[in-house]
Amino acid sequence: MPAVDTSAPQTGTILLDAKGLKCPMPIVRTAQAMKNLASGQLLEVLATDPGAVADFAAWSRSTGNEIVTSSVEGGVYRFIVRRK
Amino acid sequence: MPTSTLSPVLEGELEALLEAAVSETPVEESEALAAPDQAAETPVKQLVIINWSGEYDKIMPTLIMSSAAAASGYRTSVFITFWGLLPFVKDQRRIVGESWMQKTLAFMQRPGISHLKLSKMNFLGMGPWMIGRLSRKYNVASPAELLEAAQALGVEFIPCQMTMEMFGLKRDDMIDSLGEPAGAATVLELMTQPNTASLFI
Repeated sequence: MPAVDTSAPQTGTILLDAKGLKCPMPIVRTAQAMKNLASGQLLEVLATDPGAVADFAAWSRSTGNEIVTSSVEGGVYRFIVRRK
Repeated sequence: MPTSTLSPVLEGELEALLEAAVSETPVEESEALAAPDQAAETPVKQLVIINWSGEYDKIMPTLIMSSAAAASGYRTSVFITFWGLLPFVKDQRRIVGESWMQKTLAFMQRPGISHLKLSKMNFLGMGPWMIGRLSRKYNVASPAELLEAAQALGVEFIPCQMTMEMFGLKRDDMIDSLGEPAGAATVLELMTQPNTASLFI
């Protein structure tokens, strides 16, 4: 997974810290957070569960919400998701 | 094949057959063309679980799969029946039922999502204690936490009318926001919808 610089805060991006959560909680919390987002708005999810990589890809295909970037740094996975 | 070698009668029959085949083709083609349009209106994905068991190691997959499905946009229904009803009794209810036999059953198998046993290696509570310790150490969500998330994401838990009566369970004994009690035909109808995965746990 390429390291992507997402350090620049994007306006309107909501942060969801799912670090330490195990399956299925990262996508459960993401789905709950998406409910409060407008269409097109971004959600940044931080997770430490290695299973989240495959799960976020599958979740994106199922729901149609796009994963804009995904990266990993120091054991922390970072997904930026755009609400459909 | 040169047609001149065939008798006029056979030739006529062949032509008739060919015409019939050609006239049928457009119908098949139009059906084939219509298929992508129908696919565009693919019915929503669904997950249906019959949750028959009441132990921690069986309730966990039910709650994990149902909350993950709801999070992924599936319409998700969980039919709770027999032992599978007991985890959906309010945690604070110790003894449920009306007759002494129903009460004894509840006494032997304490209901509530926070009082689950294991289906194997229970060892008088030793197994659940160890699994509890391990799940906290590895930060695995508790059944109560998963149940709350599943309900918040819109998973519909449908209690079985027949076993509720058999166990002497009242609607008030059960946790809030359960669906209307129903029966086998309701579940069958859900399970046979298109794009539906069904599990019996």
